[in-house]
Amino acid sequence: MRQVISVLVRNHPGVLSHVAGLFARRAYNIESIVAGVTERPDITRITLVVSGDESILEQVTKQLRKLIDVIGVIDLKYSKSITRELILMTVYLPPEKRVELIQVANSFGAIIVDISDQTATLELSGNERRINTLLMALAPFKIKEIARTGLIALPLESIAGDSKEFLA
Amino acid sequence: MSSGMKKGSEIIVDVLQEEGVDVLFGFPGGAVIPLYDALYHCPIRHILTRHEQGAAHAADGYARVTGKVGVCIATSGPGATNLVTGLANANMDSVPLVALTGQVATSTIGNDSFQEADIYGISIPVTKYNYLIKDPNDLVRTLKEAFYIARTGRPGSVLVDIPKDIQETRIKYKAVKEVRIPSYHPTMKGHPRQIEAMLRAIKVAERPVAYVGGGVISGGATDELGAFIHSANIPITTTLMGKGSFPEDDTLSLGMLGMHGTRYANYSIYHSDLILALGVRFDDRVAGDVKKFAPQAKIVHVDIDPAEIGKRVNVDIPIVGDLKTVLGQIQGKIKGIERKKWLDQIAQWKKDYPLHYIKEGELKPQYVLECVNAIKNRDLIVATDVGQHQMWAAQYITTKKPRTFISSGGLGAMGFGFPASIGAQVGCPEKTVIVISGDGSFQMNIQELATARTYNIPVKICIINNGYLGMVRQWQEMFCNKRYSQTHFEFNPEFVKVAEGYGIKGKVVRKSEEVLPALEEALSIPEPYLIDFRVAPEENVSPMVPSGKGICEFIEEF
Repeated sequence: MRQVISVLVRNHPGVLSHVAGLFARRAYNIESIVAGVTERPDITRITLVVSGDESILEQVTKQLRKLIDVIGVIDLKYSKSITRELILMTVYLPPEKRVELIQVANSFGAIIVDISDQTATLELSGNERRINTLLMALAPFKIKEIARTGLIALPLESIAGDSKEFLA
Repeated sequence: MSSGMKKGSEIIVDVLQEEGVDVLFGFPGGAVIPLYDALYHCPIRHILTRHEQGAAHAADGYARVTGKVGVCIATSGPGATNLVTGLANANMDSVPLVALTGQVATSTIGNDSFQEADIYGISIPVTKYNYLIKDPNDLVRTLKEAFYIARTGRPGSVLVDIPKDIQETRIKYKAVKEVRIPSYHPTMKGHPRQIEAMLRAIKVAERPVAYVGGGVISGGATDELGAFIHSANIPITTTLMGKGSFPEDDTLSLGMLGMHGTRYANYSIYHSDLILALGVRFDDRVAGDVKKFAPQAKIVHVDIDPAEIGKRVNVDIPIVGDLKTVLGQIQGKIKGIERKKWLDQIAQWKKDYPLHYIKEGELKPQYVLECVNAIKNRDLIVATDVGQHQMWAAQYITTKKPRTFISSGGLGAMGFGFPASIGAQVGCPEKTVIVISGDGSFQMNIQELATARTYNIPVKICIINNGYLGMVRQWQEMFCNKRYSQTHFEFNPEFVKVAEGYGIKGKVVRKSEEVLPALEEALSIPEPYLIDFRVAPEENVSPMVPSGKGICEFIEEF
């Protein structure tokens, strides 16, 4: 089972160590971790994608809440949240395949942000499925490098209602 | 320099006094010279140990017996890293401890400077919380928070790392009256609906057992527990950490449960239909196999730490809250339940399966503990180290009051007992403090003999000397076909002569009839005293449930 967890923490230099260290020492699996500032400069949002069975995921949530710096933890159900990831990928591009690449990029709404003699770099943001589909579509091209941001997410206000309740 | 300006180190001392700290345990070094300079004319007593680990354990022992926050100090680098075991030990056993460490100057942090270690990073997994102060203006608030976090909620250890230049900088002292941490709010009161569910469960239960741990002691809830147990007429077993939460000479007491618990405690748990788990964490030394712990029972779990609930066992009625508050919420609501059949059954188990050992032959460690237990007319505090002697102490010392049995429970840190007993005696000068140690454990902090001598801290040191790392040897006997790999001490010092070298009197005891007189002599002098009990080398701790097994899956007597 995979779960997206959004954690609001007090923003200070050691806080990421506390959160990441928790996963290391309790042997929880972590697929991605993204930290960024929020609307309040003193609060950071950490978005985690974790995997494990139900009891492990419950423990993860409880252990996160136990950290002194953690203000709130919310389990972002995929169906009730909006998730995004940004990918940059550089592929080898022989001149005769340029048109093909542009077609693939256009059909996904990916942007070609750089082109050299032999390569092109694409940018796409979207949910995981969209990004994974793009990767499949680009299978005929030889990939040079990939950088992914990891997942960020927010609850869908239209479905989940006011998300501020988890600050309490 | 305007008036009202103070050095960081002076501000640290001010906050310590505001927090009511009356004693510090520590060891100086380069990065805490300013702090020690500020302490020079300060009324707070300082106990100079001979190793930083000794300081941490002593502060821990002090905290366990007084209920106050223990404070230790070490310098940067090796001083700080030497605290790590003590921080982990206090945190595992939920003991309020604040450690102050010096750090190299802020401008040199990260340069691999002399005596630099990232104690902030190192201590994250072994503390409740920790700080590295980078701005002198944060000193007061940070130190206040450290004490607040250490003693509230589920108590634990907190480390504050203070660079040397911060200790030296002069700033304006701004008092912080109230500590508010927006992300930290321990739940105190049990949810009323859950409390109702608990009461209903108790009323219908036929075979209830209270399984009680250190949370009741650290929550100061022993009076409430006693009143509840008696009015509800529920048999009670405690963990090692829970010893003292309820008088063990009461008929409702089953003593300790678990791996080396009494058979009747374990049988009661196994056959129970309702477990009231109060301030416990279903540790693997209690519930080796959670499936075979209390298979027929409904489980009520009360703890201040929500993360403990559901961690190892599934709980039917979870209650997050402070034990004193929760037990207060149910006070007087259960009365007049007879439970004759269940209590008769337990009485029968007690009769059929008492703790026992064979007295004949060489001096038996259990006999030594029985003699310690027979000491009359004194307020005793028993501290233990870790190993076989610890389990014999847990089994044979009848603990009646909270904060009178102190032992390294969760971490199982050999070397804890002796320095902890020093801290305990400093915290309770009017009581008699006895430390039960082993020849292995004692040698892990033997240097603290100098501390005991320096301040004439009159702890009575009882070394259960069997020439082995006895508990590991016992496992090797059972599970490694007696291959005693590296557990036999081919050489041990003459502990009495070592003590003598430190100016401490002592005696070797080899025979049963010498035990009581030696203890009497130790108690008669207002000084530290060491007794080296040469006991049967291959005595085993019994009963025993092997690791990972069900609570009734005892190894047959050996």
